[in-house]
Amino acid sequence: MALKHKTPLLDELEKGPWPSFVSDVKQIAARKPMCEDLLGLLEQSYVDKEGHWKHGGIVGVLGYGGGVIGRYCDRPDLFPEVAHFHTMRVNQPSSKFYSTEVLKQLCDIWEKRGSGLTNMHGSTGDIILLGTVTDQLEPIFYELTHDMNMDLGGSGSNMRTPSCCLGKARCEWSCIDTQAITHDITTEFQDELHRPAFPYKFKFKTSGCPNDCVAAIARADCSIIGTWRDDIRIDQEAVKAYAAGELAPNGNSFGTGPSVLDIQKEVCDLCPTRCMEWDGKTLKIWNEDCTRCMHCINVMPRALRPGTDTGATILCGAKAPILEGAQLSSVIIPFIKMEEPYEEFKDFVDKMWDWWMEEGKNRERLGESIQRLGLRAFLNACELEPDPRMINTPRYNPYIFYDPADVPGGWEIDGKAYREKHQA
Amino acid sequence: MSEEEKQAIIDFMKKKKGKTKHYFNELCKALPDMKMRAAKKIINEMVNDGQLKYWSSGSTTLYILPEHADVSKEEEGIN
Repeated sequence: MALKHKTPLLDELEKGPWPSFVSDVKQIAARKPMCEDLLGLLEQSYVDKEGHWKHGGIVGVLGYGGGVIGRYCDRPDLFPEVAHFHTMRVNQPSSKFYSTEVLKQLCDIWEKRGSGLTNMHGSTGDIILLGTVTDQLEPIFYELTHDMNMDLGGSGSNMRTPSCCLGKARCEWSCIDTQAITHDITTEFQDELHRPAFPYKFKFKTSGCPNDCVAAIARADCSIIGTWRDDIRIDQEAVKAYAAGELAPNGNSFGTGPSVLDIQKEVCDLCPTRCMEWDGKTLKIWNEDCTRCMHCINVMPRALRPGTDTGATILCGAKAPILEGAQLSSVIIPFIKMEEPYEEFKDFVDKMWDWWMEEGKNRERLGESIQRLGLRAFLNACELEPDPRMINTPRYNPYIFYDPADVPGGWEIDGKAYREKHQA
Repeated sequence: MSEEEKQAIIDFMKKKKGKTKHYFNELCKALPDMKMRAAKKIINEMVNDGQLKYWSSGSTTLYILPEHADVSKEEEGIN
């Protein structure tokens, strides 16, 4: 079927060997005029070499300050079907487990009331429903909440939709129940999710083990990463089987099948703290030096497993590189059990948010506030003691400041007396 | 919630000539003796009562008075 707009530049994007979003949109454009105009507008942007979208506005659903992102086209005269093309964010189930029935229901709503285009999922984790008009926002919200028991996700200066890895549902390494934690945070902090009052966005992400499959350490303002505080469990017979080539290393991720594993080279020498020793018969681990990097466990999953005294490390302050470059989270609580009802964790969250709301500048992520005001100020506000595990490189920075109140006996500085001996 | 506190927020917003959108922490300046999370309760109530509206860019949210919140103008690109 011929489309309303000619799209020679977009057609180029269909010629590569990879799947093309242009082909996807064209399929829907055959039955959705909105998608025809979407293609036309995008072609126009390619011709003009500038965008034609305006985003942001007052549109939303009653009582919610997030979940809807207003989007308008600045050429409604040429592309009237996309004069409004609002985005809706839907809170995904923990670990993104769906039944086909739910997915069909969701698609039916969007086919009827929106463009039919979805993004499964956005980088935040939400289901992204792309393109609808203002009049359809409330009906969509009603059907999502009443017929499907689903809710909108976070956007703007809200707590964003919490996300997590598959956790104990499918992963033997998960040290915490990531889905239970994510669900609990979502329900406990409903007000923060829907009614924006933070200086900027705030993200929780939960990974079951230090492999960190949701990249919490790189993306979340508060990363909850599963860990253990006892010893790595070792099956020495399985270690020998790996060495003898009876088992496939790395869970056969590289398709080698069973093959001889050079444990010294592939495991011990790649351990970041060199806390392992292999004498050809027995593998020893000095667990007190282990940093929980997961490398040895990843290489020999049949032989090594995380310990049994499990919990989580809480890290804060990751962000993408918009201001001053990307930042990874820093350890704030080295170990917390993270058992329901998570009271200790929630107490920490309250203190963290109180500090950030009072001290954070507008559009400043938590990590940037910590960077500007110092980790000490943040720890003081959260009533946490500094711990060597919070330090990446000890003694790297010689300018270590002590507060007289923190040192037994304290001291006083007489600036005048100092200047008598030292010229300015 | 005290009506005086709500009025203080509205007066504060109206006093800022030429500025229609306000960050949350700017509204809190109208309630200097109050902690921000307490102020949030009042501001939420004002949103529920229609005395304030959210304006969101998608990444950041600001607050505006209803007289500045005209969807038709926004659609025309005026707001």
